[in-house]
Amino acid sequence: MNKYDAIVIGAGHNGLTNAAYLAKSGLKVLVLEKNEYIGGAAVSRELHDGWTYSNCSYVCSLLRPEIYRDLNLQKHGLQVLAYGGSVSFTKDGDIFGAYSDQDLFRREIGRFSKKDADAYVRFTRDVSKQCRFIKPLLLRTPPDPTSFRPKDLEELLYLFKRLYGLGEQTMYDTIRFYTMSAAEYLDEYFESDVVKAALSGSGIIGTALGPYSPGTAYVLLHHYMGEVDGSIGSWGFARGGMGAVSKSLAGALQEYDGEILTNAEVTQVQVKNGKTTGVVLANGDEYHAKNVVSNLDVRRTYQDLFDPQDLNEKLIKQVDNYKFNGSSGKLNIALDGLPEFPAMGKNNPLIYADMHFIDSLERMERAYDDWKNGRWSQDPYCDVLLPTMTDPTMAPPGKHYMSVFVQYAPPKLATGEWTDEDREGFGKTVIDQIGEYSPNFKDLIVHAEIRTPQDIEDEVGLTEGNIFQGELSMDQMFFNRPFPGYAQFRGPVKGFYMCGSSTHPGGGVMAAPGANAAREMLFDLKRKNIVPTAENDD
Amino acid sequence: MLQQDHYKQSVYKTPFHERTSALNILNEWARWKDYTVATNYFATDLEYFAVRNTTGVIDYTPMVKQKITGPDAAEFVNRFFTRDMNKISIGRVGYVVWCDEQGQVLDDGTVFHIRENEYWLLCVERQLDNLGIAAIGFDVKIEEITDEVACLGVQGPTSCSILKAMGFEGIEHLKPFDIKHYDFQGQEIMISRTGFSGDLGYEVCMVNEVALNFWDDLFDKGEIYGIHPFGLDALDLVRIEAGLLVPGQDFMVAEDAIRPGSTRSPFELGLSWLVDLSKPVFNGRQALLEEKKRGSRYTFVKLNVNGNKPAEGSYLYNQSGKKIGNVTSAMFSPSAKANIAFASLHDPWKKGKDKIVAEIYYQKDLEWNKVMEEATIVTKPFFDPDRKRTTPAELY
Repeated sequence: MNKYDAIVIGAGHNGLTNAAYLAKSGLKVLVLEKNEYIGGAAVSRELHDGWTYSNCSYVCSLLRPEIYRDLNLQKHGLQVLAYGGSVSFTKDGDIFGAYSDQDLFRREIGRFSKKDADAYVRFTRDVSKQCRFIKPLLLRTPPDPTSFRPKDLEELLYLFKRLYGLGEQTMYDTIRFYTMSAAEYLDEYFESDVVKAALSGSGIIGTALGPYSPGTAYVLLHHYMGEVDGSIGSWGFARGGMGAVSKSLAGALQEYDGEILTNAEVTQVQVKNGKTTGVVLANGDEYHAKNVVSNLDVRRTYQDLFDPQDLNEKLIKQVDNYKFNGSSGKLNIALDGLPEFPAMGKNNPLIYADMHFIDSLERMERAYDDWKNGRWSQDPYCDVLLPTMTDPTMAPPGKHYMSVFVQYAPPKLATGEWTDEDREGFGKTVIDQIGEYSPNFKDLIVHAEIRTPQDIEDEVGLTEGNIFQGELSMDQMFFNRPFPGYAQFRGPVKGFYMCGSSTHPGGGVMAAPGANAAREMLFDLKRKNIVPTAENDD
Repeated sequence: MLQQDHYKQSVYKTPFHERTSALNILNEWARWKDYTVATNYFATDLEYFAVRNTTGVIDYTPMVKQKITGPDAAEFVNRFFTRDMNKISIGRVGYVVWCDEQGQVLDDGTVFHIRENEYWLLCVERQLDNLGIAAIGFDVKIEEITDEVACLGVQGPTSCSILKAMGFEGIEHLKPFDIKHYDFQGQEIMISRTGFSGDLGYEVCMVNEVALNFWDDLFDKGEIYGIHPFGLDALDLVRIEAGLLVPGQDFMVAEDAIRPGSTRSPFELGLSWLVDLSKPVFNGRQALLEEKKRGSRYTFVKLNVNGNKPAEGSYLYNQSGKKIGNVTSAMFSPSAKANIAFASLHDPWKKGKDKIVAEIYYQKDLEWNKVMEEATIVTKPFFDPDRKRTTPAELY
């Protein structure tokens, strides 16, 4: 009765993707979710009457189009709507608009530096070269560079071929790219501080690093890789909020007769003779399967679900060493009308775009200093969007929903755990910053959900509230994600796997880790691979 | 300084728009960088024949224009461009290419040596970034003046007569690539005997303020000489006949190229004559020296293709069916009555040994058909009349 071929712990988008592929392959699959709703951090919830929030993740672009197509997510209700551009408000009352029209954007850069406007061509080309290198790797399993197994050698060879295919100059650049800071990288192209600050934003989102920290150039690339309908670098909304992604994946899973059980918190992975046998729930129920997959991050998986005696001590230490470094909070705000941003002028298309209120690298770095000192940024970097400008389903007509991603917020404050008072203070800092640029904003607020890293951890289960299930730094990337020896989605006991964003290629609502893990599981089960590989741009 | 609300007009109208839009009875427009320009005014073939038979006028204001001034201007341009810039004396124009450090062509264009310590560069892609990097250590000032200068191409056999009728004394004595400044209604305008048509023709640069008046006077005096406007479609026909390349079509601009091997060196574009390796320093010199030793990967050729189906985008094969290249531009030439094309050839093509066969797709009552047509290499431009060079220029 309670016996399955595979059990997936956690109904996040990766867990659901993984389960959908296993079920599609013909396995009997069960997904267990501790919350009463599915989706993990890809959720839509109605916390205020009439308003739907994308409570955690809020934009969609990295979701692999191959999976979207292969699992027919459209049929299950998913529609990704592109939105245009990005805007930074400056202290002196101006704006810097990253318009989606390229000539318009070039002219806008030219208002700050004509030279930078021309350099943007070179910048785009060089970043595109890196994207072209890395994109096919997203839906592949990283090779173990120390192994001589044919599969690993084959994959290493593929990797070298790709690297070599970049051409001499780009090969040099690649090595530099992965070790540089976003600020230094941008310095090689641009002179205007406003331009650099605007472009470096994606270098810090979700990471506890400042624009001058080595490694942030890669994070910039990670966010640049997204696409909506082949339009590289553009971002979109899932219609109905990010929960639509999870819902459509659940739809695909159920089409293949997979099952989902909510309010079902797994507390123990059962291991017998070095093999997984099943799981135990908080209420004592047991479910049996020879294959168990965890969508949770590595720390929750190995510290909360395993008996330490079932794990080797090196792994225990690796889990301990794994960096989360939660760095961000979130505000979801219901608004009675459209906030005005006088600096932008009327009918500016950038009201559809993502908005930022930081105009220099210095201010960004100072915001990061606050994080290091154990307090939320007093002058934060916010990624602000009005999804309701694009999506008519999330608020009543004429009303708006504002999603505010806030960086930086430490998982723990210098004064100790986050208190209710701290949460209020954090929210006030953010609302005050937006209010500086929008005079009617504060009066329009009818409800606000303020989420600290601690809240995100408690509710979603992301350790330290880290949106990527662990820092996207080079020491935790590719064949080192989550840590050496475990990058191929297999856990330390037979039949146990990982499929969350703690695994390759990391976070960002890509659904790639879930699909990659499914491919490895099907290989172990000697079943035909049905997980798609990346479409080639060449 | 551009205003913050420039987003309200994504694409600009040129200073001639009031006139060009009145004449554009087909209402066919294309976007050229920041501006809207006509693709066709009344009929592509008639516009083409205006250029080849009387005079055609094209608004090429969107062409990117950069001004280089300062005590080191001459030294700087010599460092930036591949050819010997000392040979372009004051009052002369030179065709140029320039490269990145790998010897790959960034763009091509024309340099106007306007006066001592002042050069203008007219080209397709903006170059402030590239020029700026190369200018470190030189006492030069580099500005973009695209939006401040309105430009017209006045091209065709009667073009000299029209400009003369407008009162530009001695215009017929301009040699090809000469520049002369004139007064027009109190403003200095610049006329050069240059153009993109491969025929007798002139280019006129002026401040925006006099643009409409100049247009009116030009068309007024030109009426008896058969003056007509022509759009981008007709321009494409005349420039292919003239053997002139377009960056972004006939070769990949190095600054936009994502894939290695997709760009071209000047040698690979048939532009060796623009490269002076005896100069001690210029961008890409080292790489070009190495290429000279090692040999080039691509050969640019002009082709005369059998049959009458334009070989647009065709793959090229040798006699044993191996792919040896691609067509980059193709058309049926009304003047030469020949099926002509530009192509980039690569291994295993052997010069003088291999045949070149084009795989051409064409529609027959909507249905797609394929023919394989042999092609021969042509070394001269497909259209090359003596009047292009004759000085004093022919008057009618």
